[in-house]
Formats: sequence, structure tokens, C-alpha cells
Amino acid sequence: MTDSQTATMVEEQAADWLERMDRGDWSEADQSQLDAWLAEAPAHTVALWRLDGAWSFADRLAALRRPSLHETLMARGRRVLPVIAKAAAGVALIAVVGAGATYLVPKPAEKTFATEVGGRKTLELPDGSRIELNTGTVLRLADDGAQRKVWLDKGEAFFDIKHDASRPFVVITAGHRITDLGTKFVVREAADSLEVTLVEGRARFESADTAIKPQLAFLSPGDVVVATATSMDVTRKSQKDLSAELGWRRGVLIFQHTTLAEAAAEFNRYNTQRLVIGDEKTASLQINGTFKNDDAASFAGTARAVFGLRVEKRGDEIVLSQ
Amino acid sequence: MGKMPDNGRDDANRRPQGASAAMRDLKDWFIREVLPLESALMQFLRQNWRDKADIADLRQDVYVRVFEAAQKQIPDTAKPFVLTTARNLLIDRVRRERVIPIETVADLETLGAASNDVSVDRALIARDALAKLQAALGKLPPHCREAILLRKVEGLSRGEIAQRMGVTERTVNRHIAEGMRALADMLYSEAAELRRKS
Repeated sequence: MTDSQTATMVEEQAADWLERMDRGDWSEADQSQLDAWLAEAPAHTVALWRLDGAWSFADRLAALRRPSLHETLMARGRRVLPVIAKAAAGVALIAVVGAGATYLVPKPAEKTFATEVGGRKTLELPDGSRIELNTGTVLRLADDGAQRKVWLDKGEAFFDIKHDASRPFVVITAGHRITDLGTKFVVREAADSLEVTLVEGRARFESADTAIKPQLAFLSPGDVVVATATSMDVTRKSQKDLSAELGWRRGVLIFQHTTLAEAAAEFNRYNTQRLVIGDEKTASLQINGTFKNDDAASFAGTARAVFGLRVEKRGDEIVLSQ
Repeated sequence: MGKMPDNGRDDANRRPQGASAAMRDLKDWFIREVLPLESALMQFLRQNWRDKADIADLRQDVYVRVFEAAQKQIPDTAKPFVLTTARNLLIDRVRRERVIPIETVADLETLGAASNDVSVDRALIARDALAKLQAALGKLPPHCREAILLRKVEGLSRGEIAQRMGVTERTVNRHIAEGMRALADMLYSEAAELRRKS
């Protein structure tokens, strides 16, 4: 049975693990070592959770970030100040924490931002990060100052994130999470899958489901993760494909050997007037070019001119067929 | 809803854990619902167990039992579940060890009532949490406090903290790990706990 040392020893080990996790250079090797330790006894898991709960709670200290505190700490040069001055500085520090407490009372935890079909919106965050929402997108932003976290509920967004090792930027979508390690990336949520494209920097993609292997991927520029409810796949895109992918930021669709079926689906994300392909043969025709994404009619006109298709307007639909 | 556990939950999960969705839910629940009961749990254990040296282990055993039961199903209300688990653990201990001091028997008979008496005002805990965070920082050894503030407030890396404090990175690791443990005690157990230990 447990002797009086055991719980304390477990707690010490848990603190060592948590400290390692907190450093910001966590690797897959670290993760497997941690998993092994956690598998040894359930007491390890609960001890880690307990410390993690408290340590994460202390994140709200970040709200105190201000020059005066920095200077206070700098002024505390231990070798310079005599002991009494040091003690006084300690008290001053606590007073600062107390004064900051009004900041710390959490407000309603999130703000929601949304775009209509065809809409686009740019969010500038206080930390200098930028998020661009594409058409038909819903995104929620944690708004308590202590954490950097967004939920992409629907649609597509481009993230340009200022890295901060102590406050990782986390995007959660369909239960998967993407953690920036200093990054530009695009997240697109479709009906049954999620696509994450890393443009610059590094990021970590973590699948919500343990059934999916690999569960964790570290992304480099050009990497694309496609995750569905039951699978996860990492592929690479060329620079050219990447810029085509990001065309929406300039309001354009860029097609390279894109079938008309795919092109129509793309246009339909941005417009209430829908492009419909009338037959299989038309659907498989391939097209190249750059088109304004809010102008399905001129795309239809081009398709007619290039392929000699029939273009028919039926209410809110434009039908392309042989 | 308690502010401390609600916010702690998501932050905690953002750290690398590689856990399944079910495990994450369980962890959310544990941090949000169970840990805020810790001061009540400690009070209960201290009142009902004579050997104070056992308390830390008893607490850990209660958490392990709660964790294992909740893996099968997360209970609707945490408080009666945690305190009943604690009571059952004490009864098992008494039976197994076959050392039944009179006081323990007497205590056990009133346990049912006692477990309903421990009142946990979650709103109070939430309000107190900030005060506790400040108090906890104030009570940490100065080097621990400095390392934690540099990490959490200034957002410095381990290397930068070491440089700033004029110590090695290993020492920074130790300060931070020590600070983590003290913070958990202060936030979840009674403030009196830490004072007693140090």
C-alpha cells in the first residue's frame, strides 16, 4: 500500500513532466516517454492533471504584462540589493498582482465573427496576429486576454500568427487542434473533412481521435493535412499550388487543370447564384485561369467560348452543358 | 460556474498531451468539477482520519478511484460522488488494516451526515481563486516566484529566465516545478495547508 512518500514522489515526477511540457520544445519522443509514464499508474494521470489545472489557471497572470512589472523585476537584481530591499520588492510585486486583479475577472469568454456567402473579413488581434475569414465562415475567438484560441466552426480562414512560446495560438476545428509554432496557415472546413495548409513557419496538428494514426503531425511549409472523422493524411503542395490556394485573399479563384465540376463547386462557395454542370462530359472538362470569385457569369461565358458549351440561366442557377 | 475551473480546463488541454477526445473530456471534468472540491475533501479527510501523515496519499487514492470510475461514466454531480468515494476509501482502509481505533468507528457512523455537511460554494471558490493566486505567489520562495512571473507574465523562455536570474537552466526547471506544486496546493487545498507544510 502507499506509504507517506508515494503521493509526494508522484507529484514531484508530475511537476517535472509538466515543466518539460511547458518549455515549448515538446517532441514526439517526449510524448511517447510521457505516455509510458502515464501508463504506469492512474495516479500519474491525476497528479499531472491536478498540477496542470493550477498551472494553466496561473496563465491569467499574462494579463499583468506591462512595462512597470518588467522594470520591477529588473530592479530586483539579487546581487545588488540588500536583503531588506529584496523583501520590499517582493511585497511591491504582490501589490502589482493585486492591482491587476480587476483585469483578471473573465468577461464572457468568446467573440463570434462571421462572413456571409461571398464575404471576406480581416481581424487584427491585439498581439499583432491577423486572421482573414473567407466566404461563409464562422469563427469564435477566446476573449479573456490570457489565452490565444479560436474555434473555426465553419468555412475557411487564413492565419498569420505572431509566435509567443508562453501563449501558443491554438485553432480548434471539428475537434482537431492546430497549435502554431510561429506560423502562417490556412484552415478550411468542408462538409466531411478538414484541410490545413501550412504556408510559412511551423505548426502542430493534433487529431481529436485516437483511432486516427498518426494522431500528431508536425507541419512544414507546403504541408497539407486532410483529416476526416476517421482518417488523416499529410501531403505536400508546390509553391504554385499554395498561391492558387490563397487566391481568395485577393478575391480570385485560380484554376490549374481544374475540372469544371470542381470549379463550379468553388464558385458556389462564394455566390448565391449557383453554377450547375448539366452532364458528365462537361463535368470532366479541365480549365486553367484566374477568375474573380464573385463573377460566376463571366466564368460561364469563358467556358462557353472555350468549350462551346450551352449556358442556360434558370432562376438562381446557371447551367452549363454540351 | 466557477471561473477558475472553467478557464483552467481549456488552457490545460492546450498543452501537449496527445490524449483522446474521451480522455480530454474526462480531464476537463476533473479540473472543472473535482479539483475545486479539494479543500472540502481535505477537510473531510482530516476530520475522519487520525494519522495526518496519510492525508496526501488518501487524497491521491480518492482521485485515482474517482478517475477510474469516471472513465466508465462521468457522474452527474461531482460532490456527492467524490465524498462518497472518500468515505468508502476510509472504510476499506479501516477494514483492511484491521486497526480500528474507537474514534474512527465513531466517525464512520456519522460519515453519511458529514459528507452532506461539507458545503462547497463554487462561486466563492471562483472569487477566492484570484485572491488565492496572489496569496500563493506571495508565499512561494522568492526564486520560485520570480521564475514563475518571468514565465507567465513576461513570457520568457527557460534560457531567458536563466539569464535574467543568473542561474542555470536546470535550476530554472527546479524552481518552476516546485512552483507548480505549491500553486496547486494553494489553489485547490486550503491556504492553511501550505503554511503547515513550510
